[in-house]
Amino acid sequence: MAITFTLNGKPQSVEVSPDMPLLWVLRDTLNMTGTKFGCGMALCGACTVHINGEATRSCVTAISSVAGKKVTTIEGLSADGSHPVQQAWMEEDVPQCGYCQSGQIMSAVALLSKKPKPTDADIDDAMSGNICRCGTYQRIRKAIHRAASMPAGKTKSAA
Amino acid sequence: MATASVVNRRDFLKKSAAGGTALVIGFYLPAVAHGQEASQQEKKPPNPLNAWVRITPDNRVTLILGKSEMGQGIMTALPMILAEELYLDWKNVRIEQAPTDPKIYDHGTGGSGSVSGSWLPMRRAGAAAREMLVSAAAARWNVNPNTCVAKDGGVLHGARKNFLTYGELVEDAAKLPIPDFNTVPLKNSDDFTIVGHDTRRFEARDKATGAAKFGIDSRMPGMQFAVIARCPVFGGKLKSFDAAKAKAVPGVRDVMAIDPVGPGAFTAGGVAVVAENSWAAMQGRKALQITWDEGPAASESTDSLRKQFLDNAAKPGKVVRNDGDAEAALSGASKKIEATYEFPFAAHATMEPMNCTVHIRPDGAEAWIPTQAPQWAQEIIAKVSGLPPEKVVVHTTLMGGGFGRRYQADFVMEAAQVAKASGKPVMILWTRDDDMQHGFYRPASYHHFSGALDEKGHLAAWKHFQTSTSIEAMWNPKGEEAPEKSEFATAAFIPYQTPNYRVEYTLAKSSVPRAWWRSVEHSTSGFVVESFVDELANAAGADPLEFRLRLIGDDRKIPDFGDPKQAKPLDTARLKGVLRLAAEKADWGKPLPKGVFRGIAGYYSFESYTAAVVEASVNDGAVKVRRIVYAVDCGRPINPEGVRAQVESAAIYGLSATLHDAITIKGGRVEQSNFNDYEMPRMSETPKTEVHVVMSKEEPTGIGEPGLPVIAPALCNAIYAATKKRIRRLPIRSEDLA
Repeated sequence: MAITFTLNGKPQSVEVSPDMPLLWVLRDTLNMTGTKFGCGMALCGACTVHINGEATRSCVTAISSVAGKKVTTIEGLSADGSHPVQQAWMEEDVPQCGYCQSGQIMSAVALLSKKPKPTDADIDDAMSGNICRCGTYQRIRKAIHRAASMPAGKTKSAA
Repeated sequence: MATASVVNRRDFLKKSAAGGTALVIGFYLPAVAHGQEASQQEKKPPNPLNAWVRITPDNRVTLILGKSEMGQGIMTALPMILAEELYLDWKNVRIEQAPTDPKIYDHGTGGSGSVSGSWLPMRRAGAAAREMLVSAAAARWNVNPNTCVAKDGGVLHGARKNFLTYGELVEDAAKLPIPDFNTVPLKNSDDFTIVGHDTRRFEARDKATGAAKFGIDSRMPGMQFAVIARCPVFGGKLKSFDAAKAKAVPGVRDVMAIDPVGPGAFTAGGVAVVAENSWAAMQGRKALQITWDEGPAASESTDSLRKQFLDNAAKPGKVVRNDGDAEAALSGASKKIEATYEFPFAAHATMEPMNCTVHIRPDGAEAWIPTQAPQWAQEIIAKVSGLPPEKVVVHTTLMGGGFGRRYQADFVMEAAQVAKASGKPVMILWTRDDDMQHGFYRPASYHHFSGALDEKGHLAAWKHFQTSTSIEAMWNPKGEEAPEKSEFATAAFIPYQTPNYRVEYTLAKSSVPRAWWRSVEHSTSGFVVESFVDELANAAGADPLEFRLRLIGDDRKIPDFGDPKQAKPLDTARLKGVLRLAAEKADWGKPLPKGVFRGIAGYYSFESYTAAVVEASVNDGAVKVRRIVYAVDCGRPINPEGVRAQVESAAIYGLSATLHDAITIKGGRVEQSNFNDYEMPRMSETPKTEVHVVMSKEEPTGIGEPGLPVIAPALCNAIYAATKKRIRRLPIRSEDLA
C-alpha cells in the first residue's frame, strides 16, 4: 500500500514495507543520499532529518509513521547551500570527512528554529546526539553561533 | 617514507606479493619523492598538461588529485601546490580525482605522508606545465620565453595587451617537449600567494549541502545491496546454513556463501544476502540460520591476553636497543622509579561504515570505493574477476573517515566475490556492528618501565619492556619480520639523554586482527614515554617542562631508529621549540582557577613536532578537559587552516581512546557492537582547543596523525597534578581516580 507524505515541500508517495525505516526509503528507494547511515540505532545522529520541524533520527523511524507528515532532509534546506546554517558551516570551514555533517546541520537548524540565540549549554544539549569522528565539534559550535548572529527568521526549517 | 611504521606498511605489501598469498599485490606505497619508483617516474614523466592539470580551450582549469580524501584535506592541499606553481587564481580551479593508473599516480594514502611525499613532485609537475605554457606563448609572439611570465592563469609579455590565457595556449603547449622535472625552475617561496595561506576546504560546499558523494552513496540502475553474516569468532568458519527464511524476506534476491580469504585480504567469509535495498538485505541476514565452526580462537579473551602479557613481562624480552648498562645503573641508582602501562585494542569507528560497490561484466569491471588504497582494490578485483587490471576501473570516492581502516581491502575482496557471482552492480554494506566486531584494531600492549635518577637529577637509566600483539606479526605470520622494529616508534629513540638506555620486546599472540589506527604505534609510544618522563620529573621534584627541556639538552639530530636512512632525524631544537611555544601560549607556570591543573607532553612523529598543554579538573572521579593548547611544527604548512583542523581532530580522536574506548574480547569475539558500548566524545565534552602552527620554511611533513600521541599523556599528566593519581592504563577508569 502506498505511503504518502510531504518531502522537502513536495508530495511523495512510496510503496515499501511499512516497517522500513525512513532512512532507507530516502537513500535506497528515492536515491536521496544526503541523509547518512551511521549506527542504525539512533546513537550517532548521522541520519537526522526534520519531521514536522522536529529533529528526528530517520534510521529508527518506520516509514508508516511518517504518513501525512512533513519531512525535510539536507537536500531540502537549500538547493545551493544558501541556507544561513550551511553558509556558516562553510565560513567556519567545519567539515572534515563530512559524513556526519548533514545530520549535524539538520540538528543545528532545528535548534535555531526553537532557540534563535542558543547558549553554549543549549548547543551541548541539542547537539550531543550527533557524533563527529573527525572531532569538528568546536567549529560546529562556532558555526551555530555565527548562524545565530545572521538576520533573524532565516534559520527556520525550509518545510 | 617517513617512519618505521610507514616503511613497514610498504614492506608488508611487497612481501604479500612475493609470498604468493591468496592475493597478488603489485601495489606499493612509496611517497613519490622517495624511493626507486619515484626516480623512475621522474625519468619519464607523463605530460603534466594531461596528468596533473587539464585546461580546455574555454579556459577551464582542472587540477588532478592522485590521493584519497578522507577528511584530512588533501583534496585542498595538493592542488594548492599545483595552483601555486601555475600562477592560478585558486577561486577558479576545479579538482578531479585521478583515475587508477599506477604508471602515473601513487594512490596509496596513509602514514601522514601525502604532503611530504608530494610536495616536490607536485611543484615540479606544476612548474613543468607552466613552462610549457610560457614557451607556447613565446612561440606565438616570436619572443624569448625569458621575457614572458605566467600570471593570473595566463602568460604575459610586456604590456597587458600581450596576454594569452592558458586556454588559448594549451593546444600548442601540450605538443611541446616536457621539461626535465629535476631542473625545471620552481617558484621562489617568498612569492607564494596560495601555499602557506589559510584556504577553505575545496569540497566544503558539497559537504554542507549533502551533495558530496561518499562510497556508500554510489547508485546506478539495477544495483543490488548486500550484507554479509560473518562468524563472530575471529578465524571461525561456516559449517552450514539454511537460507529458506532469508529468501522469503520481501526484496531479498539471492543468498550465497563466500569463502574466507587469508593474509593480505583477511576476510572472514560467511553468507552474503543480496537484496533490492539495504534494509531488505539486513532483514534477510537476521532470518538466516547458520551453524559456525568457531575454531581455536574461541578461547581467547581480554583476560587470557592479559595473562599472556604478565607471563611475558616476567621474563626478559628480545633486546631491541642497549646503550650502556641499564641494569647496573638501575641497581645502583639513588632514585629508581618503576611503572607499568596498559592499552586495550581500539577500533577506528569511521562514521561511514565499510562499503564497496563493484560491477563485474564479461569485458570489464567498474568499482566505486571509499579506499585509501585504490590500486590494491584494482588488483583484487582483477584477480577475482579474471580480468586484466587495466580493464578494472576504480573510482575513488570521498570517504567518511579513514584513520587507517580504509587501507585494508577486506571489504573490496568481499564485494568482488559477490559481484562476480551476481553479475550485477552490487554494494557490500557493513552495519555498525559489523564494523565494530570485524575490524582491524590498534594493538593491545603492556609496557614496563624502570628509570633511575642520579643525585643531580640526571637520567641515569631508562629501561622499557614491551609486549604487544604487533601489527607486523599479523602481516608476516611466519615471523620473518622483526615486530620490535615497528612497535616502538619514537620510544626506541627518545630525545631524553641517558647513558644507559635499554629496550626489550616480546611478541604476544592473538587472533584479533590488527592494523594501523590513527598515529599507529605512536599512539601508545607517545603515552608511555611522555607519562614516564613526567613520573621522573615528579620524582626529581622538577617542573615537568623544565625537566623535559633539561633532559633533551643540546640542539642535535637523533637518527630515526626504525628507518635511519630514509626518515628525517629528530631535531631536538624543533622539539624544544614546540614545547616552549605551547607552554608560553598556555601560560605555563601562571595561576589557574581553583581546581584546574595543567599537564604537558611533547613528541616527534611522522617527521613533525607536536606539544600540547591540557587544562583539566577532576571532581568525584569525573575528568573534565577544559582547554588544550597545541604547538605544532610540521615544516612549511601548505594550508595552515587545514593543519589546525587536523590537530583539532586528532585531539578529539585521541580523547576517545583516553576517556572512553576499549575493544574487549570474550569467547574469541568482540564484546562491543555500537556507539552505546564504544562511546565517542560528544559536543558536551569538547574542550576549547587552540593550535599554534610554526610558520617554518623546512620541508613540509605529516600532520594527519601527529596531533594524537601527545593528548593522552598531557591529559593524564594534568590529572596527576590535580589528584596525585597516575593513570597507567587507558581508557581512564573512575576507580583509577579514586
